[in-house]
Amino acid sequence: MKTKRPHAAVPPKVLYGLLLAAVLVYPNLTNRYWQDVANFFFIYVMLGLSLNLIVGYAGIFNLGHAAFYAVGAYSTAIISTRMGVPTLVLLPLAGLLAAGFAALISKPILHLRGDYLCLVTIGFGEIVRITLYSDLFGLTGGPNGILGIPRPALAGFAIRQPIHYYYLFLVFVVAYVFISKRLEDSRLGRAWLYIREDHLAAEAMGIDTNKARLLAIVLGAAGAGIAGNLYAGKMTIIAPESFVFWESVVMFCIIILGGIGSIPGVIVGAFGMSVLPEFFRGFIQWRMFVFGAAMVAMMLFRPQGLWPNPRWFKAGGAKETKPEEVAPSAS
Amino acid sequence: MEFLLQQVINGLTIGSVYALVALGYTMIYGILRLINFAHGELFMLGSYLAFSFIASVGLVNVIPNLFLAIVVVFILSMGLVGFTGVAIERIAYKPLRHAGRLPAVVSALGVSIFMQNAVMLTYGTRYKVYPEGIIPTMAWEILGVEITLMRLIILGIAISLMFTLYFFVQKTMVGTAIRAIALDHDTSRLMGINVDSIIRLVFVIGPALGASAGIMVGLYYRQINFTMGWAYGLRAFTAAILGGIGNIPGAMIGGLLLGVAEAFGAGYVSPQWKDAIAFTILILVLIFRPTGLLGERVAEKV
Repeated sequence: MKTKRPHAAVPPKVLYGLLLAAVLVYPNLTNRYWQDVANFFFIYVMLGLSLNLIVGYAGIFNLGHAAFYAVGAYSTAIISTRMGVPTLVLLPLAGLLAAGFAALISKPILHLRGDYLCLVTIGFGEIVRITLYSDLFGLTGGPNGILGIPRPALAGFAIRQPIHYYYLFLVFVVAYVFISKRLEDSRLGRAWLYIREDHLAAEAMGIDTNKARLLAIVLGAAGAGIAGNLYAGKMTIIAPESFVFWESVVMFCIIILGGIGSIPGVIVGAFGMSVLPEFFRGFIQWRMFVFGAAMVAMMLFRPQGLWPNPRWFKAGGAKETKPEEVAPSAS
Repeated sequence: MEFLLQQVINGLTIGSVYALVALGYTMIYGILRLINFAHGELFMLGSYLAFSFIASVGLVNVIPNLFLAIVVVFILSMGLVGFTGVAIERIAYKPLRHAGRLPAVVSALGVSIFMQNAVMLTYGTRYKVYPEGIIPTMAWEILGVEITLMRLIILGIAISLMFTLYFFVQKTMVGTAIRAIALDHDTSRLMGINVDSIIRLVFVIGPALGASAGIMVGLYYRQINFTMGWAYGLRAFTAAILGGIGNIPGAMIGGLLLGVAEAFGAGYVSPQWKDAIAFTILILVLIFRPTGLLGERVAEKV
């Protein structure tokens, strides 16, 4: 498969330029409602890209990503409401805390693989949610959550309109895409790809697989924590419902539907999961029903996702399966 | 002491329900290495179908003998859910059997979302309540412990189903074929076993057992909701892991142990944290003994 398209009618630079212009102009042409739709789309892109490091690159099935998101959002909410620290100042801290939490929980579970790891992450996600509900140490506010989180301010400029958030989030989305791209091409990114394709061979080649996998989880969690901080600053109210298991499933699906390990895939997936449903508000009851069927259909007819990463196919692809996976042997 | 015994009885009752659901997970995982995320939804579907047969169709009033009526409700619901199980396998899992793990897991999640919403659209979002007094409210007191007829029935049905399954798997030809497939598909095929039809059979047995558990939860707690499949499903899966995934007696013991652990947690620690017990057990078992209590398999190599 060729990675470069043969002689596109429009040179890519022009295409990207047009895209950039459209993204910059978009909020000036729409109302507040659609600006906010875009804002939540951006948050899902950030969450998707951060989970993509874990699931897409390192191949670790994480169905508890909402836990890291929650750590970022709740740490921001607790510190900002109790100590009056500005929200954006807490941004690095939210990322660090989420990363620290991830390092803490992933230490003992990294030796697990595949489904087992997936189950442990579900377990951790649920425990975090129950902890938030139970109002641990009177900090998390129980089922009502935390309200009155200050809105972010940048050098004295108060960010309050949806359009302000739009540009703030856009900066972060661009940064996430840039970092993801750089990581993908880095030595670490290639190590992740190798581990995902063949764990044993990667180890034999001298890759410290445990360290590489730990780094994937920690970096991904940091990304989710920062997204949590931005979310808290946007909503000013957070509650445990925003961090339930289905939220993790949505993030997971963004990656699978878009194309595993693919940056444009994540953006397409996030669009499908967060923006597309907005067009079907009238059928809100039928939305998830159709969505479930679509997930199955997608796996049956296009398991590689809507916009797959060409590298993933060059490297072997999702279709090839080792015989052990189909006919397992008792070992 | 009486409190302790009472908690044990409560725990065993609900634990036997977990065990029945866990059997479905463990058998399907055993033969396909697939976490059937839709299994909890099949359990929930069983509960809803039985509700329809009892409350809407009024089978309990049509059939004069209560015992017979209950048996008919169980057979109808279990049969329908078993059929649904096979249909799911045929549509959503079988084409993906050679496509690796991730597509199958996502497909299972999709089926789960689909079924949950199908039930919600059919029955509505509100709790459904089983009619009162289907099972007469009789109770006996033994050693200061109250044992209701309801609990006896649940334990009786669950334990007899489990023993039947155990003997079926251990002593019959078909059971031997199931165990053979769990070890190796290709070799089983060489030995003349029709792998596809055995897999279909397991997708009847597992969901049917789950459905029976769903009916009992409906009769016991009376309130059912379209979201309950997830909560019970994950607990049952924990039970399967606890006993050793792929191991049929393990799932039974794991279910009973988990039920008792939850009852103790709710009774002695705090009801608020009861939900966290199952997940804590899940994590601890996976970290320290991924093979479970009875499991002989090592967690996957790669």
